[in-house]
Amino acid sequence: MEIDRVDGRTANQLRPLACSRNILNRAHGSASWSQGDTKVLAAVYGPKAGVKKNENPEKACVEVIWKPKTGQIGKLEREYEMIVKRTLQSICILTINPNTTTSVIVQVVNDDGSLLPCAINAACAALIDAGIPLKHLAVAICCCLADSGYVILDPTKLEEQKMKAFAYLVFPNLILSVLPEGSLKVVGEPMEHAIITSVTQGAMSVDDYLHCLDRGRAATAKMSAFLRKTLQPQISSDSSKAG
Amino acid sequence: MGLPDASGDLSSEMEVDAFRRLFPLRFYERHLAESIRPDGRPLGRARDTTIALGAVTSADGSALAKIGSTTMLAAVKMEVMTPSMESPDEGCIAIDFHMPPICSPIVRPGRPAEAAPVVSKQLSDTISSGKAAWMAYLDIYCLDADGALFDAALLSAVAALFHLQIPAVSLNDDGKIVVSEEDGGKLEKEPVNKEKRKLTLRSIPFSLTCILHKNYILADPTSEEEAIMETLVTVVLDSSSQLISLYKPGGAVLAYTSAVQDCIALTRQRVRELQKILDEANSGMEVD
Repeated sequence: MEIDRVDGRTANQLRPLACSRNILNRAHGSASWSQGDTKVLAAVYGPKAGVKKNENPEKACVEVIWKPKTGQIGKLEREYEMIVKRTLQSICILTINPNTTTSVIVQVVNDDGSLLPCAINAACAALIDAGIPLKHLAVAICCCLADSGYVILDPTKLEEQKMKAFAYLVFPNLILSVLPEGSLKVVGEPMEHAIITSVTQGAMSVDDYLHCLDRGRAATAKMSAFLRKTLQPQISSDSSKAG
Repeated sequence: MGLPDASGDLSSEMEVDAFRRLFPLRFYERHLAESIRPDGRPLGRARDTTIALGAVTSADGSALAKIGSTTMLAAVKMEVMTPSMESPDEGCIAIDFHMPPICSPIVRPGRPAEAAPVVSKQLSDTISSGKAAWMAYLDIYCLDADGALFDAALLSAVAALFHLQIPAVSLNDDGKIVVSEEDGGKLEKEPVNKEKRKLTLRSIPFSLTCILHKNYILADPTSEEEAIMETLVTVVLDSSSQLISLYKPGGAVLAYTSAVQDCIALTRQRVRELQKILDEANSGMEVD
């Protein structure tokens, strides 16, 4: 059964992706990521000396500040900060620079659905631009579940509000990774199939959720290819940054 | 103080408590290898849970939930409000989660804990109401934070809503709805709803937080376990087995599909236990 989407996309089709690196002069790393009309700008400063209270000084720490497009900072922004922080902490190699803090500032430029995944993708690209050592990359995607049980990917804001449930999923992306060969397969499943982060909203059945996981995984392959292609050519022409 | 050697058998040279503080991860891994945790629980078992309904007499509905040492007090107060234009039939629920300094040594007065706004938002996403034009204020106070905060908070919120009785109202002269006096002698007007009604809940959400560490899945972590092994997965299922939420906010360990399914299976089991405990608490109340 085909579902009609307002912009004419098929269920598995993503919106046009665009990514630019190194857009801010003073930041150590910066990137902007847009999926259709949703656009997020991320900037990375660091590593700076010292960690915040209650953080472990034996490891590096990531601090995230989420700036909404309009309005005051409330509970939603705090939750997003926590989710992005924990996701980024799981992809950074924290033992290389202990007792340092890397700040990631996420600025929402436009919100047209799938905001959190767009922000995570932007933050990941900004970390690469800053040269922060990472174990592997992360790609994030939003899967929406319609009443009929149909899964659609990368919804716009209107679609997100109409749908019964949605899930933000973040998968690791590791064609090249520092981890040893043996650990790439656990229990017969390659590492790309695991999830780093999952945030769901709305009620869905367990099978629908697993179905979303499968669809999300398939789509992230395209996204990771795009991410690597965009970031690749600029590496050779990069001049070293201060700090 | 000698450094631990490769065989790691330092426990014979120092006390268990010191080993626990100095090398917490190894202390835990020694236990996990035997499929048990320091407090004697097997990996998949949650701590003892109790619910006491009606803990706060001035509120319309309240409950005190304890999971192990984690204690949460939830109270609901109802107010009449004019419904919004878009949804004239729906009321609304405002949830606030507080972590006063009493609950944990790392929370100090004047600075809200990191968990507090996050848990409130998660609770608002999970619970939704829709009856008449009532405004429900749900406040949850954490009295003791010992891991699995979201589970205890959700349980106490659900129990408080279960216990909730909507107060009787009547129409006064101005055409406004007023809450009528309970044991006042004379009622000038007939109350619109004669008795206090209990809230009918469509389906009740229950949750379980698990920690993923290497190949192990630990259900219902204490705060010590949460601090050492940071990868948490919270699964919320409702009584009709629908998945309300699967929340995994990053974390060093990645969740494979098999781990996700194991967590969901553990949660299903926990839902049955919690349902039974809630029913017992409820029937205990009605006997009074």
